[in-house]
Amino acid sequence: MPRPHGGRLVDRLTPQASADRVRAEAEELVKLDVSEELRLDFENIAFGLYSPLAGPMNREEYLSVLAKGRLSSDLPWTIPILLDVSEAEAAGFGAGDRLSLVCEGQPFAVMDVEEKYGWDRKTHCERVYKTVDPAHPGVAKTHEMKETLVGGCVEVYDPSPGKYPKYRLKPRETRFLFREKGWRSVAGFQTRNAPHIGHEYVQKTALAFVDGLFINPLIGKKKSGDFTDEVILETYEAVFKHYFLRNSATMVTLEMEMRYAGPKEAIHHAIVRKNYGCSHFIVGRDHAGVGNYYGPFEAQEIFEDYPDLGIMPIFFRNFFHCKRCGGPQNDKICPHGPEDHVNYSGTKMRSLLLEGKRPDETMMRPEVVDAILRHKEPFNP
Amino acid sequence: MSEDKVPVMIPRSLYQKIEEKIAGTSFTTVEEYVALLLENEFPEETEYSEEEEALIRDRLRKLGYIE
Repeated sequence: MPRPHGGRLVDRLTPQASADRVRAEAEELVKLDVSEELRLDFENIAFGLYSPLAGPMNREEYLSVLAKGRLSSDLPWTIPILLDVSEAEAAGFGAGDRLSLVCEGQPFAVMDVEEKYGWDRKTHCERVYKTVDPAHPGVAKTHEMKETLVGGCVEVYDPSPGKYPKYRLKPRETRFLFREKGWRSVAGFQTRNAPHIGHEYVQKTALAFVDGLFINPLIGKKKSGDFTDEVILETYEAVFKHYFLRNSATMVTLEMEMRYAGPKEAIHHAIVRKNYGCSHFIVGRDHAGVGNYYGPFEAQEIFEDYPDLGIMPIFFRNFFHCKRCGGPQNDKICPHGPEDHVNYSGTKMRSLLLEGKRPDETMMRPEVVDAILRHKEPFNP
Repeated sequence: MSEDKVPVMIPRSLYQKIEEKIAGTSFTTVEEYVALLLENEFPEETEYSEEEEALIRDRLRKLGYIE
């Protein structure tokens, strides 16, 4: 099992014995409303998923991440974790102050402010998203952000139970779980989809040389037309039950906003898996991409720049059903031509499912189809 | 206090390849890079107090992750 990123797991959760005291203290502090996405980021910091970060980045860390894709310590880090506030909000506090962070009326954390600073949206977009096109969802989100950034340390005293408490584990728990299962090597796999045969093929190929598979459905805002979170969880339960060895795979949700930053986000996702205790991370075609902003394998190529990442990426290129081979294949091993290949097209499977029709069994397991069709509305509106 | 260290010999050509690979990264020496690779091969266990271990085991059992 790899060491956590930066050497140790960050723990910024208030111990239970002190929670009442911090909660009472928070009532007297300047309050700052934050979005649901920011609350998730702060909880992820507190749980250790973003180790070694202890709070939103200060200017030095932020500029270092933009310039080098590394923290000021030179540790790999590609996605800025930021707290943005309006000028009016920023006028209400300064460096050295402690703030009470509130989400949807519910105070949940305190933050010790280290620094307030200005930023440049254009540079941010160029360095993180490699585009300034406002049609890119990350760029659009950047333009909605407020004028001032605040760096500091957070301490979460009332973490939310998560949308699916049963599936939400902290890195200390997953590391314990892997040890209990006797998994010395674990491959992380992130998903926003119900599994089709192609996914299963990729996962089982990885399982051929690691001890365990760690599936992470990403819970949070998604695109219209994506499968709902419930459908993703139920379909994976179905595929585990019917098609995986009993002790070979497990599932934990990851509550985190998608940035659609392609290659930069792939590195971020790998760091989060390293903190969970994964030794390997599966990176497919156009990982965390959107539209045509990134080359199909850019999210794989970026790993060349990070030999010091401390988690091994497993790359998959194109995979498809080959009619002549009679099963899932990829372009590295199948000798047959495109006329024999049928792509695992998520779009095509979605259209069939929307009409209440069943995708072919070479594309999707019948138990997965059943789990999807049990839902009246399996897709996000 | 830094950990006691011992030398290990590797072919010079390999050493030079590693030097090239780590140029521009956070590794300042070939030794650091080789040590990280070997640490991943012989990983350290995360440490838990008895109390934490019991709490985590109980939670994982209740959630159905372990029996």
